[in-house]
Amino acid sequence: MNNFAQAAKGLLLLEFLKAFWLSIKYMVAPKVTINYPYEKGPLSPRFRGEHALRRYPSGEERCIACKLCEAICPAQAITIEAEPREDGSRRTTRYDIDMTKCIYCGFCQEACPVDAIVEGPNFEFAAETRAELMYDKDKLLANGARWEREIAMNIAADAPYR
Amino acid sequence: MIEILPAIAFYMFAAVTVAAGVLVISAKNPVHSVLWLILAFFSAAGLFVLLGAEFLAMLLIIVYVGAVAVLFLFVVMMLNINYEELREGAFAYLPLGGLVAAVLVVEMVTLGAAWQFGPDVASNLASVAPAISDVENTKALGRVIYTDYIFIFQGAGMILLVAMIGAIVLTHRTRTGVKRQNVVKQNARRPEDAYALVDVEIGKGVTMPKKKG
Amino acid sequence: MVEAFYNWIIQFFEIEQSAFIYFVSIVAMILVIVLPLLIAVAFAVYFDRKIWAAVQMRRGPNVVGPFGLLQSFADGLKLFLKETIIPSGANKVIFLMAPMITFTLALIAWAVIPFGEGMAIANLNVGILYVLAMSSLGVYGIIMSGWASNSRYAFLGAMRSAAQMVSYEVSIGFVLVCVLMAVGSLNLSDVVLAQEGGILDWYIWPFFPIYVIFFISTLAETNRPPFDLPEAEAELVAGYQVEYSSMAFALFFLGEYANILLMSAVMAILFFGGWYAPIEALDFIPGWIWLLAKTAFGFWMISMVKAFVPRYRYDQLMRLGWKVFLPISLFLVVAYAGLLIAFDKLPS
Repeated sequence: MNNFAQAAKGLLLLEFLKAFWLSIKYMVAPKVTINYPYEKGPLSPRFRGEHALRRYPSGEERCIACKLCEAICPAQAITIEAEPREDGSRRTTRYDIDMTKCIYCGFCQEACPVDAIVEGPNFEFAAETRAELMYDKDKLLANGARWEREIAMNIAADAPYR
Repeated sequence: MIEILPAIAFYMFAAVTVAAGVLVISAKNPVHSVLWLILAFFSAAGLFVLLGAEFLAMLLIIVYVGAVAVLFLFVVMMLNINYEELREGAFAYLPLGGLVAAVLVVEMVTLGAAWQFGPDVASNLASVAPAISDVENTKALGRVIYTDYIFIFQGAGMILLVAMIGAIVLTHRTRTGVKRQNVVKQNARRPEDAYALVDVEIGKGVTMPKKKG
Repeated sequence: MVEAFYNWIIQFFEIEQSAFIYFVSIVAMILVIVLPLLIAVAFAVYFDRKIWAAVQMRRGPNVVGPFGLLQSFADGLKLFLKETIIPSGANKVIFLMAPMITFTLALIAWAVIPFGEGMAIANLNVGILYVLAMSSLGVYGIIMSGWASNSRYAFLGAMRSAAQMVSYEVSIGFVLVCVLMAVGSLNLSDVVLAQEGGILDWYIWPFFPIYVIFFISTLAETNRPPFDLPEAEAELVAGYQVEYSSMAFALFFLGEYANILLMSAVMAILFFGGWYAPIEALDFIPGWIWLLAKTAFGFWMISMVKAFVPRYRYDQLMRLGWKVFLPISLFLVVAYAGLLIAFDKLPS
């Protein structure tokens, strides 16, 4: 009898109808995806997005051209050149990141003794040309200026765990 | 004035049919030949429609274009024929081929003449075919095929059936040692046949129950 | 429809009858069908994506235009602006002809679809056969594209598609025979007229098993999931479409969806009473709107199936077509013929 029921189930496409009914139920169910460009999901304070070079509140660059980030970068995406400034402090003259090489591992951020290079919370920096992804110092500093508030908050939020 | 439209349509279809027919035998690539053949079938169907034989036209398209020519195309695409090689020595066969062609032409002319002047043609035509204006030709065909010509019709069906069975017998081979999916058996499987839950006590083994099915 | 328009022109402009005007009225009627059809196809693609997304609890296209309604037009524009790539080993003429054939065949089959009483471009006596013929011709676009692409993926996809379409046409044919026996005519308008009355007079009730077979065969005939083997992404990348880009690809895409809409319309005509309202109280709504609504319902069904079925394997597909559907539909032809005689319902 059980075999008979099974055969009838197959012949009457009961499983198909069940699946149809289920998908109708899901069709009217509320959506689970967020409406991305208009809504965004939460980001961890440790999120590693687009790079930024920070400044001290006084406006002085944090970066002291120690080249630790350049040394640790596994993708060798960072290029730094440095020489002493007029006031004798050591500063970079060139700080380039090739964003097409970067693997967003966050080592540069970890290596930095002065919290100068950080990976900010911005992940929407897609560009139409390759050249736009070759970041120079100006671009990185501009990023720092733009994202300073979020970056500072993230660093503060993450500080107890370091 | 509207009567000119069927005339235009006729000459268009006729010209395309003849041109496509010529291209079937003159095309270099066999695949192109088959495609031209399909075009010829298609325009012939158009001519049928103009004759008021729309049922035949649709059958021509469904059966010949939709199924037979697809198989032609399949075979020709798969075979990778080298036409240049085939053309070699074509002239050697010219006398024989020409003879066959001449016979065909003579026969066709005779057929046409017999159709024109034969003594029984008019009465034969009148006996089976109702006037086009009376019934649509689908019904007319059905009435004739399933009454007067039922045995011939069934015979044709039997011949096709025999041909089909023959083709299957010729190509069918039972291979041994092949793992084959048995869908009915798979569908008949139930969870209780396929697995069993066993509580295993600590320190004791378990003998697997024998697999069913 | 053409006749009516022609006579209207003659009377309205008070001109003499002429072949040219008749020709113009034919072309005008074709445009009246084809232009809305193409727009409908664009929206069909949109609704397909939307329904699919909804079943998966996603949002679907919702950015271009209100509710993303213009998404298909944006996609189309994008495709038209792209470069047409012709593979170096391709047979150029056939390669470019294939999408045109697919597209044209998908459109010309609409000539016999009656949108209301007497509202068909060609009220052909063999309308159903015409639809069947055109959908069986559709296989050429696919074979030609597969062969001309000079690519193994494309060729395999084309082979699969051709075998699939030829196989399922057989059962579609038998399914149609059952309905035609009850109608007594091959004319699509007559099929609808035979279902005159309310929802209870529709053929879906007496012919339910037939409807199920027709529905599933339709999925196979239009290469929709679960029978979308010709373009199975997992193994064939995109099957016969793999080498196509730009306009040519767009034509394939439009043709495919026009075909799906056509089959939905045929389903509405054969089983859902065509242009008749389900209950008499709703008769004030014009017939073509009912036909459109029923077509949309058919499209919704087809589109839902895509959301919840896994793809068949090729041998399973062939087995289903030849070993399951063919015997069942043959049996149903005999059974329905017997029933029609037993209950004396045969049309004279």
